[in-house]
Amino acid sequence: MNKVKCECGHINPEGTVLCEACGKPVEHNQHIDGNDQNKLLNMRYEGSARRSKTYNKTAVDKIWNFFSSVKVGVWLIVVTLVASAVGTIFPQEMYIPPAVDPAVHYRDQYGLLGQIYYQLGFHNLYSSWWYKLLIALIGVSLVICSIDRFVPLYRALKKQNSKRHETFIKRQRFFSETEYVTEDEVQLVVKKLKEKRYKIKEENGHILAEKGRFSRWGPYVNHIGLIIILIAALLRSLPFMYVSDYVWVREGETKLIPSTNQQYYIENKEFILEVYDPNDERYGAAIQRQGEMIPSNYQTNATIYEVEGETITGQDPELKKVKEGELRVNQPLKVGPYSLYQASYQLDEFQSITFKLHPTDDKDANLGEFTFDMNNPQSEYQLDGGYKIVVDEYYPEVYINDKGVPASKSKYPRKPAFIFFVEGPDIEQYEVNFLGIGLNLSPNNDNQYKLSMTDLDMRDVTGLTVKKDRTLSLFLIGSIIFMIGVIQGMYWHHRRLWIHPKGNGILLAGHTNKNWHGLRKDIDYAIQDTKIKPPQDQQQLN
Amino acid sequence: MTNQKKRNRFIFRVIVLFILFAAVAFVLISSFLNEDSGVLKEGDVAPNFSLEQVNGEGAIVLHEDYAGKGVMLNFWATYCEPCKDEMPYMEDLYPIYKEKGVEILAVSLDSTQIVIDRFIDNYGLTFPIVHDKRGQVMELYNIVPIPTTYFINPDGTIERIVKDQLTLSKLENYLDEITPE
Repeated sequence: MNKVKCECGHINPEGTVLCEACGKPVEHNQHIDGNDQNKLLNMRYEGSARRSKTYNKTAVDKIWNFFSSVKVGVWLIVVTLVASAVGTIFPQEMYIPPAVDPAVHYRDQYGLLGQIYYQLGFHNLYSSWWYKLLIALIGVSLVICSIDRFVPLYRALKKQNSKRHETFIKRQRFFSETEYVTEDEVQLVVKKLKEKRYKIKEENGHILAEKGRFSRWGPYVNHIGLIIILIAALLRSLPFMYVSDYVWVREGETKLIPSTNQQYYIENKEFILEVYDPNDERYGAAIQRQGEMIPSNYQTNATIYEVEGETITGQDPELKKVKEGELRVNQPLKVGPYSLYQASYQLDEFQSITFKLHPTDDKDANLGEFTFDMNNPQSEYQLDGGYKIVVDEYYPEVYINDKGVPASKSKYPRKPAFIFFVEGPDIEQYEVNFLGIGLNLSPNNDNQYKLSMTDLDMRDVTGLTVKKDRTLSLFLIGSIIFMIGVIQGMYWHHRRLWIHPKGNGILLAGHTNKNWHGLRKDIDYAIQDTKIKPPQDQQQLN
Repeated sequence: MTNQKKRNRFIFRVIVLFILFAAVAFVLISSFLNEDSGVLKEGDVAPNFSLEQVNGEGAIVLHEDYAGKGVMLNFWATYCEPCKDEMPYMEDLYPIYKEKGVEILAVSLDSTQIVIDRFIDNYGLTFPIVHDKRGQVMELYNIVPIPTTYFINPDGTIERIVKDQLTLSKLENYLDEITPE
């Protein structure tokens, strides 16, 4: 192994650009940071030996070196960004209508491009294996890049001597040479620098004044936060950590909460939609401007049940009430690891309709009433007056199908219609009635008796999001660490000054990783009462 | 000394790379598993369920009542036009394949039994029909479009999943596939 021994006596690892101790450029390594092209030294990572740039022997080293390249990391990020952007061109699969075949949908809706989009898997981009692989590789690159830079940087900053090589001093951005400086003047500068909270390290008249080294670790702290966030994001693919689903529940209905391993049921006691009062002087004007009612509250009163014991799916399980509560927007109802959020609603489905029977020519008479309950319909209803109603057909959401006969569009009673047979002592066989909302027909218009609606009950449907997210705290911790890293790197500045005695005078050099103006002010303050020459910005001289 | 350091570095790198690639492998594997999680595939064992019959007495338990038989499990509803169209084919083939050891079971996803009763009367259906009132079996079998039909082998594994309307000839072929030897 070729260690590099500097003339100051320090032994540097191979690949060192600037001696860890005295900063003297290691001659044959100057190309690594491009110092051979420039007058100024590149101070990145203190000119320390990034291992990746040197060893390249075993397969492990080769893989390591590949991921330790910032270039590779940047390309991974660019590719991920482009892919993410492409994923937003057409909707993701979860946002297309649920009942359609995605293969057909993308082709029909978006043509050839849509078909390509679908076939390349962009319709499910963010959960595709290759997208996750890209994210994971960014994580790998982040870890290896950080280790590969943090360790040597730490070493170089720890091992730095107060005494620096003259070449190192002369090739700093801030530099000045003063022919004659007294010891008192130097001590004055040191005192002033101490006032500014610089830490002074002296060695045979060579002085290093340093502050804010802490700031250099900011990026690495930041990366730790990022890695935690990445881990949290990847853990979301585990159903144990993260679940998101949706359920519609009708008022009065008890329904299985999906994605809970058939463990929980929810009963919708009531759905409440409240609006702002238009007579309230605070809201009146705004409501008028809007031209319609403005909702103030969406709420579901619900009871949660847990399944007791083991049942075969499909059998009505034994339910134990575990929670009762009110769900509002942003105020979920929590049960176990699951949270139920108010997400949507549908108003006014039919719950029950009450009919009365009367002679066709006498609307006011009443030969008996019955209530058709949509949740629990009977196949026939016996009326008090000796008449019987037989339900021949019930269409929850009626329409006329392409064969020209009535049929139902869904199982939900949004637009119910019925065919009732009326039987009675004075009716020969039965009379047919076709009834619906705004609809009351008999086949030949010669029925003796007629059915009319007298009352109806409506119910609402609530739409709830089911969420389980055990990764949130990890996201929070990651974000906090991320921010600490940002603050550390942004609000502290690593500033260094070197005083290098030469003959009767001194060489003065300064370096910082950011805010050169601030460093300049510190120097000006420190040397104000001396004849030491203010350093020149050698970058501007170039 | 330097050899020692070199070895340490090598070991360090191997450990770090191993941890990182284990993490990547975890991501990929869980991503593949997740795509399938809960979604039934051909070859899986058909999950058991028990539902009350509409046109018969008592409940049907898939794994008990139909053990050793091929089962055609048809998910349908009275409001689904294509479902209605395949019903007569199923009715025609039911007695023939029952002889051969294949059962036809239709799971209705309607909300009220009265509409199913009327439907059975109108179509004169004789094969067993069960009612999935709360949609639990629908969730268990990930039913999205209806009709969806599962053809289940006598050993209880899923031979075929059809998310489309069946024609008479296709239906016969699929039933032949699950006929016991």
